[in-house]
Amino acid sequence: MTETINGKTILTTPVTEEDVRALHAGDVIYLNGDIFTGRDDVHIRVTRENRELPSDVRGKALMHAGPIVKSSDENGFEVVVIGPTTSMRMEKPEYDFIKKTGVRLIIGKGGMGSHTAEACREFGAVHCVLPAGNAVVTALCTEEVTGVEWLDLGMPEALWSMRVKGLGPLIVTIDTGGRNLFAEKKEKIAARKEEQIEAISKKLVSIL
Amino acid sequence: MTKQERIQRMTDIMVSFIGYTAVHLPDDIISKLGELKAAEDDPAALSIYDMMFENMRLASELGRPSCQDTGFVQYRIECGSRFPLINELEEILRSAVIKATADTPLRPNVVETFDEVNTGSNTGTGAPSVSWKIIPDHDGCEIYTYLAGGGCSLPGHATVLMPGEGYEGVVRFVLDRLAEYGQNACPPLLVGVGIANSVDTAAQLSKEALFRSVYSQNPNPKAAEMERLLEDGINAMGIGPQGMGGKASVLGVNIQNAARHTATLGVGFSTGCWTHRRGHIVFDRDINYVTDTHSGFTCNK
Repeated sequence: MTETINGKTILTTPVTEEDVRALHAGDVIYLNGDIFTGRDDVHIRVTRENRELPSDVRGKALMHAGPIVKSSDENGFEVVVIGPTTSMRMEKPEYDFIKKTGVRLIIGKGGMGSHTAEACREFGAVHCVLPAGNAVVTALCTEEVTGVEWLDLGMPEALWSMRVKGLGPLIVTIDTGGRNLFAEKKEKIAARKEEQIEAISKKLVSIL
Repeated sequence: MTKQERIQRMTDIMVSFIGYTAVHLPDDIISKLGELKAAEDDPAALSIYDMMFENMRLASELGRPSCQDTGFVQYRIECGSRFPLINELEEILRSAVIKATADTPLRPNVVETFDEVNTGSNTGTGAPSVSWKIIPDHDGCEIYTYLAGGGCSLPGHATVLMPGEGYEGVVRFVLDRLAEYGQNACPPLLVGVGIANSVDTAAQLSKEALFRSVYSQNPNPKAAEMERLLEDGINAMGIGPQGMGGKASVLGVNIQNAARHTATLGVGFSTGCWTHRRGHIVFDRDINYVTDTHSGFTCNK
């Protein structure tokens, strides 16, 4: 479900295909509802080892993240801090992961590549960046740890499920229409890099 | 103090210091981020800086690590040969990591290679990593701590150029790496460049460069000028905070250099993220300490 409250676009899980197809690269959104964490090892289990996720995640958000959690007496676990990890590490398996699991939102850090963009276009999903290194701000958006699976992978790599409120700002970087903000930005950076290499090299001649 | 009391005292201080550096950024990084924010005019980049400062405030207020990736602990020691705990030092630093992991808490990040098992304690074979320098006839000990995150360790690289490729080759090596990996490593980055004989020495120097203040300069005026040229050039690439564009791509560029073989030009490259959690603490023989990276730090144990 998508709603606009006080000028903020807020998505609530289950997120529908219609919800994500209405989003465009550069949009800033916030998320309420169910997310789960999955990084390198979860992707290996689901795609390379062809295992099923322990629960249905259709319409939910995958967050590339490894939280710090601590045991709590009443609820099992609570989040100390959480934030996104480098999404590009999951680029290779992400097409198969999206296809197999039906996630609608992938939340992470930095850009992703053509495999992910293709899956987003084909199956209806978006990749969003959550500004990273802000693990306390982000932790305060988590309401409850609703479960943990595959804890044998260790705390960072395990599959943590949580309920969030107002998780964001999430900047849409890959939309369903084929736009990829980081890839576009990377091209500009590469062009400026060549100019700068030339400029610095010229100046070095006079000092060395 | 008995030897045992000294060991306990130093362990307590190191546990407390590591925990503190996970929660509070170093003074120079906070100050530099403030300058970069003040110079920024892109609204999206400014909102990212606002979030960073809000996070720093909340981390301090709630006593929680500022980033969930509390890193792989790396130490550099410059230890006097007459420091009373020189023989016990590595064990002190190792047990401090185990205790800080439980107390802070830090995220357990250390995985044994081949066995591929998370040790749960942030210690393992060669973890924490420790590099040593012995200072002859001195009885104090300086310790650099670094909680090296995964994201900003990924861009790391080293190579040996042919001398004919020259310092222009160094510039290309560094800028190529930043163009390829910089966006994802949590910029604005602190860039460490090592220039030396071979990959091992160049890589080691590039990491040591990250222990220097963002306001420091290489003592060689030519190297200092190259630091400035690289800083301006990388900023002009427009990577910006979080790789989404903006005026500043780096917190700074630090070059550490050593002599080379006449036929080689070794280059190492390391990066630190915007939340650059390094510390520097200096002990005297009686285990009194001072730190020049975290003015707010006191060990309350």
